[in-house]
Amino acid sequence: MSIAQLWVVVEPVNGSLSTTSLELLTQARSLSSDVSAITWGPDGAGLAAQAGEYGANTLYDVGALGEALPGAPVASAIAALVASRGAPDAILIPTSYDGRDIAGRLSARLDRPVLTNVTGLLDEGGPVTEHPVFGGSQTVRAHFTGEGPGIIVVRAKSFAAESGGGSPASVESAPAGDLGSTGSATILTSHVEERTGPKLEEATVVVSGGRGLGEASQYVLIEETAKLLHGAAGASRAIVDAGWVPYSHQVGQTGKTVKPTVYIACGISGATQHMVGMKGSKNIVAINKDPDAPIFQIADLGIVGDVHKVLPALIEALKARG
Amino acid sequence: MNIVVCVKQIPDPAAPQSFDAQHNLDRSGKLILDEADTYGVEMALQLVDTAGGGGVTVVSMGSANDVAGLRNALAMGAAKAVIVSDDALRGTDALGTAKVLAGVIKRDLPDLILCATESSDGYTGTTPVQLAELLGLPSITFAKSVSVEGSSVKVNRQTEAGYDEVTAPLPCVVTVTAGVVEPRYASFKGIMAAKSKPVEILSVADLGLGDETGPKGAREEITAVVAAESRQAGEKYVDEGDGAEKIVAFLESIKVL
Repeated sequence: MSIAQLWVVVEPVNGSLSTTSLELLTQARSLSSDVSAITWGPDGAGLAAQAGEYGANTLYDVGALGEALPGAPVASAIAALVASRGAPDAILIPTSYDGRDIAGRLSARLDRPVLTNVTGLLDEGGPVTEHPVFGGSQTVRAHFTGEGPGIIVVRAKSFAAESGGGSPASVESAPAGDLGSTGSATILTSHVEERTGPKLEEATVVVSGGRGLGEASQYVLIEETAKLLHGAAGASRAIVDAGWVPYSHQVGQTGKTVKPTVYIACGISGATQHMVGMKGSKNIVAINKDPDAPIFQIADLGIVGDVHKVLPALIEALKARG
Repeated sequence: MNIVVCVKQIPDPAAPQSFDAQHNLDRSGKLILDEADTYGVEMALQLVDTAGGGGVTVVSMGSANDVAGLRNALAMGAAKAVIVSDDALRGTDALGTAKVLAGVIKRDLPDLILCATESSDGYTGTTPVQLAELLGLPSITFAKSVSVEGSSVKVNRQTEAGYDEVTAPLPCVVTVTAGVVEPRYASFKGIMAAKSKPVEILSVADLGLGDETGPKGAREEITAVVAAESRQAGEKYVDEGDGAEKIVAFLESIKVL
């Protein structure tokens, strides 16, 4: 048996599909000729052209969710689709806040297992997933052993998004149905944290800071270095959690995945959670006081030193070059 | 205000990790309370304090041979611990874990259930939401802050763009990030008090569960573990005032400068 049918959950972001959604559609169409997508929001139908272009034949539209968090309604709609249309071989879901909610809800609703942190997807007579483990030093391959559909949650940038030139997907309504109290979490207000310069995921240079900076005010060193290199400023989870910088700066397992030309890690020891998000960078430079910090194991250039001395000197050197 | 905090005892993340012959994570060494869970314990203690009554119960699954991690949560101030420990649980996946936790929690449904966003060893990150669905409850994940207002919970939830203020009626499942509160260190008094606090140990059969757990319940398996394409460590220098120079030269060599 090979992969006959795949469904992909595609997330709407500002009237378009998220990049990770497009990556999943691209990979799905390379594994199966029968790809359907599921989306939601006030203008689901408006996404049919893009969903079709990247490989979906059908776009199931859950519709506007009002202020509800998407997890429960979208999972409920997919469960109803499985009941009415039959199960696909697998359901692919992007790793994101809402994606993880949808996956968890759907898994429990369908009583089907979920595989997360997937970075590769193969067809070996059925879907086989790849997962980085132990800080990315090893890769685990896994597959589902029971009845489908298995639920697969895929990390950003695992695949390249490429248009397949397909015609618009045909849109079908997929209502959420009655959610009871599971659907009662509602958004009161949304706060957007602005940032300037290139986007973290798209920058060719990323300069990131961690606990080694010592205190929040020192993050300015990261921002200034990034600016001089026309790059983006990133951060480890530790300093985001500590409230030094907004979440939108976070690189790692629960943050952004980046693959710049060069990644400069400053005062970041290299926890697994961080490395997973940046080890795909073409070049890695690390500055850390601890000569045994794990980050040095993957750094092309390692400077054992104090970021408070090395970064100001680097900033001066970059300024001197104009 | 009664709060359950789901916690996990994990191998020390600083120690090297490995798989056993069945491709399960080797947990034979010393286990500690996952640091990611200390934020939920602290949050729960503060919410109970604010409410002026009630208590915190920690619920866990795993080997009860070593409950030092649970004692740590009790020493912080939790009133009691429940752990489901059974050889049949070896190889249980995220959904199976959620079924076990739901089996414990539904015996006496609390007002609020707190979990970490993901464990620091397996980091599947779906168990709390699976738990919410099994219990028929709403959930709010990735909380940066949590407050209880009357019969509802209000959460600042991380988003790609910033954060959302989200509310849900109690009872509710909330997952907290490490930014939500600063966990306290257990006091000497707390550590002494923890020694006499109850730790209830349950089996799978006690919960009326069976095939939902273990490898049979998991319905997925590891087929291979292969070495990943590895990055080689490059040059490493001790900064002697020339660190910045070396970085500039490197950036020139890769044509970033």
